[in-house]
Amino acid sequence: MSRYTPPEQSKAGQVFDIAVVVVAIFVALWLPLKLGLAGAAKSIDALDAKTWEALGQNPTMASIWEKLGYTPETAHDVIQNRFHYIIDWPTLIIMAAVLIGYFVFLFRASDREYRDVINEKFDDK
Amino acid sequence: MTVALENTTTTTIHGDRVSLLRVLGPAHVWALGVGIVLVGEFTGWNFSADKGGALAALIVCWVVGLLYTSVAMIDSEVTSTVAAAGGQYAQAKHIVGPLMAFNVALFLVFAYTMLEVSDAILLGDTIVAKAGVEGLTHNSFIAATIVVLAWLNYRGVLMTLNVNFVITAIAYVSIVILFFSVSPWTQGAVLKLNELVTPGNALPYGWIGVIAAFQFGIWYYLGIEGTTQAAEEVRSPARSLPYGTMAGMITLLIAAAMTWYVCASLMPWEYLGITYYPLWDAGKLTGSPLLENLLFIATLLAALASANGCINDAARAWFSLGRDRYLPSWFSAVHPKYRTPYRSILFLLPIALAFAFIADLNQAITFSILSGVLQYTFMSINIMMFRKKWPLGSIRRGYTHPFHPLPAIVLFCLCVVTFFAIFLGFGSQLIAMVAFYFLISLWFHFYRYKFVRRGDQFTMPWPKPQGY
Repeated sequence: MSRYTPPEQSKAGQVFDIAVVVVAIFVALWLPLKLGLAGAAKSIDALDAKTWEALGQNPTMASIWEKLGYTPETAHDVIQNRFHYIIDWPTLIIMAAVLIGYFVFLFRASDREYRDVINEKFDDK
Repeated sequence: MTVALENTTTTTIHGDRVSLLRVLGPAHVWALGVGIVLVGEFTGWNFSADKGGALAALIVCWVVGLLYTSVAMIDSEVTSTVAAAGGQYAQAKHIVGPLMAFNVALFLVFAYTMLEVSDAILLGDTIVAKAGVEGLTHNSFIAATIVVLAWLNYRGVLMTLNVNFVITAIAYVSIVILFFSVSPWTQGAVLKLNELVTPGNALPYGWIGVIAAFQFGIWYYLGIEGTTQAAEEVRSPARSLPYGTMAGMITLLIAAAMTWYVCASLMPWEYLGITYYPLWDAGKLTGSPLLENLLFIATLLAALASANGCINDAARAWFSLGRDRYLPSWFSAVHPKYRTPYRSILFLLPIALAFAFIADLNQAITFSILSGVLQYTFMSINIMMFRKKWPLGSIRRGYTHPFHPLPAIVLFCLCVVTFFAIFLGFGSQLIAMVAFYFLISLWFHFYRYKFVRRGDQFTMPWPKPQGY
C-alpha cells in the first residue's frame, strides 16, 4: 500500500479550524445554559402550613436547620423543592437512539480509519 | 523559535530536540489522581442526596466505587502497556482508531476543564461565604484561581505536582481529623444518624431515587483515571501508574465512606443535598471553631489541588491532539525552557474562565460527569477489543487485570445506569452534549482526518492486531 501524504495546512486554515472548534465548544456548552436546558428539573411542592412538623422535620432536624440559620418559612423552599421522577418515554427513546447512534457511528467510522493505519503501518515492513 | 514536530513528543529549538521530562514517581501519580478527585468529597457528591436521599448517597458511594475500581483495573492494564501522553487518548488511537481517539481526547478535555470550572466556583463561593461581606462576588476569586494555576502549570509539571502532593495530603488529613474528632463510634453525642436518616426519609423517592443518584455518585471519584495523563512524564510507567492509581482508589473509597458518615450524621438530607460545602458545614455543626476553620481551609486546598491537576491533564490531552494533527499542529509545541505544553495551557485558559462565569456549580459538574461517563463507556469496550486484538502472551503487559471480562461488563452496565440517572433530571443537557460530540465527529471524519498521517498513528512496537 502506498504511503498516504497528507496536505500541508496553511496558517489561515489552522486558524479557521481552531475557530471552528472554539465555536463548537461554546455552542455545545453555552447554548444549553442559555436555552435553560441545563440544570436540575425540580419544582416546589408548596405547603400552606409552614411548620417544622408539616415539613416533616423532627426536633433534631429542626434544631440543626435553626443552627444553620433557617426558619420554617425560609427552609420551606429548600425542603419542598423536589424532583418528580416521571419517565418521559419519547425523550428517553430519543436519548437512547442518539447515544446508540453516536457510539455505532464512532466505532464503525473509527474502524475504517484504523484499517488505513494498520495497512500503512504493517505493509511498510 | 519553536517549531512543532508532529507525531513525536518533542519540539525542536535551535536544532535541539526538547521533550516532556520523565521526572515523576508513584507519589506524584497518586497526588495527580487523588488531587483531582478529592474535591468530590468537599462538594458535589452530596447532590446525590438531593436526587435520592441520604441512604441513596451511601449506596451509590459503594456501587460507583465498584465502577471506578473496574476503571482503575482496566486502565492500569492498558496504560501500563500503552504508556504515552494523553492516557486514554493514546489507548484509543492504538486499539480502536483515530476518530475514537479524537472523541476520547475531547471527553478528557471537557471532563477536566469543567471540573476545573467547578473547583474555581467552589473556591470562590467558599471564600465569599466565609467573608460574609455584602456585595462581594466570587468572580475575582474564580479568575485569580484559574489564572494563577494556569501559570503554575505553564512553569513546569514537577513543581505543579509537588504542590499538589502537599495540598492534597493536607485536605485528606483534615477529613480524617474531622472523622475522629466527632467520636464516630458513639451516636448521640455529636453524630445523630438515627435521628436524621430515618426509615421514613432514608429513600424519599424510593429506588428510582437511588438510580437517579448515580449521576452525582460519579463525583465521589471522577478523575482518578487522570493518572494516565502523565504516562510520558513518569520514570517507570509500568510500575508507577498501576500502583499510584490503585493506591488512589483505596484512599478515595476510605475518604468517601468517612465523609458520608459524618455529613449524614450532622445535617438533614434536604440541606445536605443542596449545600456547596458539606464538609465545611459539618465542621461548623460540630461547634468547634478549630474544625470549622480546618475544613474551610481544606475545602479551598482540595479545590486548588483539583483545578491544578485538571489543567495539567486537559492541556496534555489537547497537546496530544495537536501533535497527531487531529487539531492544528500549533498546539503541539513544548515550551523551550519549562518543557510544558504551554500553548494548550494558554488556549484552554479563557474557555475555563468563560464557563466559570456563566455556569453554576451543578451545571458545570453535570457537563464534567457527562464527558466522564462517555469515556468510561468507551473504556469498557476498549478493553474487550484490546484483549481480542492482542490476546494475553502476544505482547508484554506491565500489569494484567484479573477476572476479565467481568470488570468490563460491570463497568458497561453501570455506565448504562448512569446515563439513565442523568436522564432523570438532566436529560436535555445529555442530549445536547451527545449531539455536539456527534457533529464534531462528522467534522473530523469527513474533513479533518485528511491532515492525519495514517501509519504514524501506531507507534507501539506490537505485532499486527488479530483480525486485520
